[in-house]
Amino acid sequence: MNDELRNENESMQGLYDNLSKISLFKKIKFLSKLNFAKAKANIIFKIKNLKKDTRIAERAWRIVELSRNEKRPKTTDYIKNIFDDFIELSGDRLSSDDKAITTGLGKINGRTVAIIGHNKGKDIKERIEYNFGMPNPSGYRKSQRIMELADKFNFPVITFIDTPGANPAIEAEDSGQASAIAKSIELMFKLKVPTIVVLIGEGGSGGALALAIGNYIMMLENSTYSVISPEGCAAILWKDQSATKQAAAMLKLTAKDMLNLNVIDKIIHEPKGGAQNDPERMIKILKDNLIIVLSKFDGLNGEDLKIQRSNKFESLGFFEK
Amino acid sequence: MADFECEKCKKIIDLDIFLKNFKVCPNCNYHYSLNSEERIKLIADEGSFNEIAANIKSIDFLNFTDSKPYKERIIESQKKSGISEAIITGYAKTGGFNIALGVMDFNFMGGSMGSVVGERIKLLADLSIEKKVPLILICSSGGARMQEGIVSLMQMAKTVSAINKVKENKILYISVITNPTTGGVSASFATIADIIIAEPQALFCFAGPRVVKQTIKKELPSDFGLSERNLRNGQIDLIVNRKDLKEKIINILKLFLN
Ligand SMILES: [Zn+2]
Repeated sequence: MNDELRNENESMQGLYDNLSKISLFKKIKFLSKLNFAKAKANIIFKIKNLKKDTRIAERAWRIVELSRNEKRPKTTDYIKNIFDDFIELSGDRLSSDDKAITTGLGKINGRTVAIIGHNKGKDIKERIEYNFGMPNPSGYRKSQRIMELADKFNFPVITFIDTPGANPAIEAEDSGQASAIAKSIELMFKLKVPTIVVLIGEGGSGGALALAIGNYIMMLENSTYSVISPEGCAAILWKDQSATKQAAAMLKLTAKDMLNLNVIDKIIHEPKGGAQNDPERMIKILKDNLIIVLSKFDGLNGEDLKIQRSNKFESLGFFEK
Repeated sequence: MADFECEKCKKIIDLDIFLKNFKVCPNCNYHYSLNSEERIKLIADEGSFNEIAANIKSIDFLNFTDSKPYKERIIESQKKSGISEAIITGYAKTGGFNIALGVMDFNFMGGSMGSVVGERIKLLADLSIEKKVPLILICSSGGARMQEGIVSLMQMAKTVSAINKVKENKILYISVITNPTTGGVSASFATIADIIIAEPQALFCFAGPRVVKQTIKKELPSDFGLSERNLRNGQIDLIVNRKDLKEKIINILKLFLN
């Protein structure tokens, strides 16, 4: 099975490598004895498809790279520049404070909201401090504490998603990574306040989803949302790292894909070339959008918000009936 | 002829004894995996299982092709496993108690969770609420089904939402962790149960041993993610040997239903 996978994969790679006209000519010449017209059409079709696939793969990969760009505004930038009177709240009240997630309260347009966001950090020092935005169970438990606080005092919850995924580590597993994520998802379905989710960079798997149960979900144009990283997917399904870009295309992880699949409600357009080119403008655009969405959901009946949220997620899926 | 070597302890095992022992090694107590049919036989009273949602089938809505198109993988898995998807759901009795029972099957694409697993669990949860009967899910899964991209991730949310309603209706939900239960299934419906039972030595974790080892570049403890370690760490309620599983579930149901 593995060998079979590898062989198919090698032959695909071979086709990519042999895209030059000479090899095409040779192939056509070789096959001409059999059925020239048919073979030619077939090869041209294959090459066209390969070229198209390559183009799609490159486009998907460009967005993956943009979503991970270090210069993109991070959760801390949005917090600092969107919310007034922000106070960071720390700790899970069990054992620790996970810096991979920042939580707190602040005001937007005069309204107090709870803010929860993955923290990737902007330089190497920060990135290490924040563990590259990969939370431990403690981070999700801290988030749950803040969500409960918000629910109690009727503050809408705004989350910023930007993580490669939950921290894959022995201690994280030992302290219940799986249950921390599941509990966080469950709690978000119970909240009677609006939950507004913004994917600002990398939306990596369960570690992202844990904070992404929104009444309304927005996604920046060059952010991604995926069940697994393209690298991980290539390693598992293709058993070959060189298939990473193909995997990125296959996974359908861009904002446009999410809108097509009904996973998000809105794409937020970024400044030309990406948010990193004009962070200030990006922050302003997002702030304007947040104010509009908040005004749409704020004050709605808590039960109605719960029902809207669960209907939205329970309707996701494609199958034959 | 009827003997084989246990993968775990390398002792020669008599096949008849092994089968009578519910596919558990009589020497080292290693629990070999059961398919969904065997699981249903183990848990449900004889002839009581009535499948629901069998008409819900997978489609390749992303046109996902790695080394093989997803379309082909679905057909192959159906042939290989003899079942329609990675979970079989239905209405059943155990010890005379009515239950809503879902049984995952690792033989179908590694028990991976896609749209069909999500929808079948949702319908089972709805049934459990409608009939006011406890929900029992036997878990066995490598995680989300990558061939369904982001939509497979969304099944984590979908199943949690549906089961949250079961819990809000004060209906008992029990999950049974069997080897292996990892990734998207472990971080969704498997862990939000009122009571989590695990079989001995079952792998139950979010990030699998391979990923963790690759990331931390260190050897893992030999019991990484296993039931016994999870019990010590407070992640599960109890470990139950397969031969006692049905009886233990009935015990629990008696506590809740009378
Ligand atoms: Zn053995």
